[in-house]
Amino acid sequence: MSLSVTDLRVHYRTLRGDVKALDGVTFEVADGEIMGIAGESGCGKTTLGKALIRLDTRMKHAGGTVALDGEKLPIADDGAMRRHRYREVSLIPQYAMSAMNPTRKIGRMIRDLLAAHNVRYADVLPELERRLKLVGLDIDVLKRYPIELSGGMKQRVVLVLSTLLNPSLLIGDEVTSALDVSSQKAVARALVEFRDHGFVRSMIVITHDISVLFQVADTILVMYAGHLAEKAPARTIIDEPLHPYTKMLIGALPKVGDRYEEQQLEGIEGRPPSLLDPPAGCRFRARCPLAHDRCAEAPPFREVAEGHQVACWAVS
Amino acid sequence: MRGYLARKTVIYGLTFVVAVTLNWLIPRLMPGDPVQRMVARAAVQHPETIAAMTAYYEQTFGLDLPLWQQYLNYWAALFRGDLGTSVWLFPAPVAQVVLDAVPYTLGIMIPAILLSFVVGNSVGAMAARSRWLDNVALPVGYLVTAMPYMWLAILLAWGLGVALGWFPVAGGYDFGMVPQWSWAFAGDLLQHWVLPFLSLFLVSLGGWAIGMRNLIIYELESDYANYLSALGAPKRLVRQYAFRNAMLPQITGLALQLGTILGGALVTEIVFAYPGLGKLVLSAIQNQDFFLLQGTLLFVVIGVLLANFVIDIVYVLVDPRTRTGLTGGTS
Repeated sequence: MSLSVTDLRVHYRTLRGDVKALDGVTFEVADGEIMGIAGESGCGKTTLGKALIRLDTRMKHAGGTVALDGEKLPIADDGAMRRHRYREVSLIPQYAMSAMNPTRKIGRMIRDLLAAHNVRYADVLPELERRLKLVGLDIDVLKRYPIELSGGMKQRVVLVLSTLLNPSLLIGDEVTSALDVSSQKAVARALVEFRDHGFVRSMIVITHDISVLFQVADTILVMYAGHLAEKAPARTIIDEPLHPYTKMLIGALPKVGDRYEEQQLEGIEGRPPSLLDPPAGCRFRARCPLAHDRCAEAPPFREVAEGHQVACWAVS
Repeated sequence: MRGYLARKTVIYGLTFVVAVTLNWLIPRLMPGDPVQRMVARAAVQHPETIAAMTAYYEQTFGLDLPLWQQYLNYWAALFRGDLGTSVWLFPAPVAQVVLDAVPYTLGIMIPAILLSFVVGNSVGAMAARSRWLDNVALPVGYLVTAMPYMWLAILLAWGLGVALGWFPVAGGYDFGMVPQWSWAFAGDLLQHWVLPFLSLFLVSLGGWAIGMRNLIIYELESDYANYLSALGAPKRLVRQYAFRNAMLPQITGLALQLGTILGGALVTEIVFAYPGLGKLVLSAIQNQDFFLLQGTLLFVVIGVLLANFVIDIVYVLVDPRTRTGLTGGTS
């Protein structure tokens, strides 16, 4: 097993109290697996991604453990975590467009970063050039400043840069969100290719766009209000979701071939609960058509079929 | 880069022409007649003598010609390095009077500007990461920056000069000394230099420190800093990048500040009776010395323009984003 997260809790400190953005999540990502995380805004997917590599100053590790390749990651200790970053866990940030220092040439920046990890630039250069070519970039992007590149090019440079030291786990946060469809496809394909070439062992791809996940991910994890709702192979999530929230989420997507003149594209009624003081029991209860008395008690996240886990009392 | 330089040169050239023209025009629009004043100084009563003297002075200074011709003559003389003759220190040539004063002004301004810029930015950068320093540096910085130049100058003159008696409070050197190349004179010069320098230095210092602190905090929150940290870059590298990027607006700030600092230097010189350009401007105005005023202001204008030109070029060298003719990426 590559990544194993156990009962992870991460809270945001605010003046009104702790926001329980991640409230006890347990899952595993296997070697070579690309796991997609889906869910609406505020469900905790970005928090989960950040928790695995670098907590920001407002975030507090409130419990639970993260183990990568059998070794426990000291996620709450910024200094100790530094040793694991980049070499073992790496990140493609939400803001790839502005992720590079505007006043440094890209090659120079990579050199500085590698030097900080005691890696000689000259040793890595042939591999770096090979990977740039692989994503369709000319090697003289290294002599350019980030402003001289288009958004799609920057995204690909960041992809190559983030995976240069062959990390065990790559976290891609909204990797394709700011791109047009053709760049989206190129980046999605590059992600899968990088995994297939063994540049990254496993990957977590966070997005609100389920159609992208369907292209990229082997498995999809659906989150709702800081809890896990369902995890299953991508095909299963799309075709036979079990959790009522997943069903409604998938149902809210338009389908090719359907005409929306007569029928209405359905959304999900209501809003997710406040995570400042979340209700006990199943968090989807208030919006769930299947809710019943038992839902006042939190449903366990358990396996209902091979590789298919669901947290819902109505499914078993 | 060449096109950029050419454009800048044209812009600065035009600015220079306008500045010189205004510089020539403004003293002539001031009330009062310098020739009358010189004649009065001679204290003669005879009307014929007065008429003869007036005619002589007007001819000497070229004031008997029509305005447009005076203007053209001014430009012609300018290119010969001739700034005219001082009325106040007649018959000393203006160029000589001004050149004697320039080293004093540059001597307090250049160290004050550079040192306050370097020290202020360093203190600001340090304050951005040390809470203790931040709590001290920020209020002190605001206090010092908010002080007008002459107020701080007066405070320093009183505190360090009169009350403690560490430094002399007036003049460029002791009145009992004659300028010469000797250790005693150099030491005396240095003693007189400290207070004017210090007042300029302190006022500029706070502004740079506060600006740098805020910029560093902003840069450390930026996306590239977060990305670098997430990839395990040590704080030192992130701060190095942040500092370099935060310097860019500070350099622009320096260009904008130069004129103000110069104004401050002039006022400071007056407070300390320091024999630089500032004192010269005051004397020239008080004595309605057109030519001296013109000459002094011309040096000031040239100084500010040159400094801005240099900063424009430095800026292009340090910030790739301002470079023209960058070739965009294509694939």
